[in-house]
Amino acid sequence: MLQLYFGLALLLLGLTVGTLLERLHYRSIRKREHAFITLPTTSLKHAPDTEQVVRTELAIGSVVISVDYFKRFAASMKKMFGGEIRSYSSLLDRARRESMLRMKEACADCDLIINVRVETSTISNGGDSSIGSVEVMTYATALWYGNRSQHSHPVDLEE
Amino acid sequence: MIITNTETVPGKRLTEHYGLVQGSTIRAKHLGRDLMAGMKNLVGGELKGYTELLQESRDEALRRMVKQAEELGANAVVNVRFSTSSVAAGAAEILCYGTAVRLEEGAESSTPPPLPKHEEY
Repeated sequence: MLQLYFGLALLLLGLTVGTLLERLHYRSIRKREHAFITLPTTSLKHAPDTEQVVRTELAIGSVVISVDYFKRFAASMKKMFGGEIRSYSSLLDRARRESMLRMKEACADCDLIINVRVETSTISNGGDSSIGSVEVMTYATALWYGNRSQHSHPVDLEE
Repeated sequence: MIITNTETVPGKRLTEHYGLVQGSTIRAKHLGRDLMAGMKNLVGGELKGYTELLQESRDEALRRMVKQAEELGANAVVNVRFSTSSVAAGAAEILCYGTAVRLEEGAESSTPPPLPKHEEY
């Protein structure tokens, strides 16, 4: 009986704190994405040859995010019936967007980002489902133009 | 040392290929960090300890790759790719590989320089 209460308490904790943390994270993601809204980012291999490039650098961003107890429980329930596991899609979405942002923050004053690649893996798949965490790494090539008149990043767009 | 994940570098000319260079590392955090991550797992969110772990191993892998390129006499590594895998719980393996080349000032050429001949290896 005690075990059941303990399990329920953990679920409740996961549901409340986890949802709160996720909401806060999404707010931060949206705010920071807004700041980089004018920085062109593509997965193309070549930059357009209209501008003279003076500097080239590898930019990397990475993050490890785990899912909360309640969501893990919900996912295991959902697995019985099949279909999209929504609790995990938000986890992956947050991780990808966060790592993309960190990559951009690593080269915040560049003019163009090309050849974006996203790599996903799990650090700890220790047999059982003890840790449902995802690790995302985003890397790209950041370019700086010789003529810097028209660009300045990041744009600070406070509402 | 210029490192990019594109095949060419804008504004530079590729004059020589030195072949593949790579660096890899496997790292783990101490037990305390793993316990903290386990706790954090209840409420979800970023596992900072593991993010750090990933960053450290990535930097180390890059450093090893660059060292190899320097030994070959290259001044840039192009077409860099990362690959991660997990060999054990709580440990991260990162492999990064690329092509060591020599770059010189000049227009970016569309035709790549000749690759090293087989006998030269």
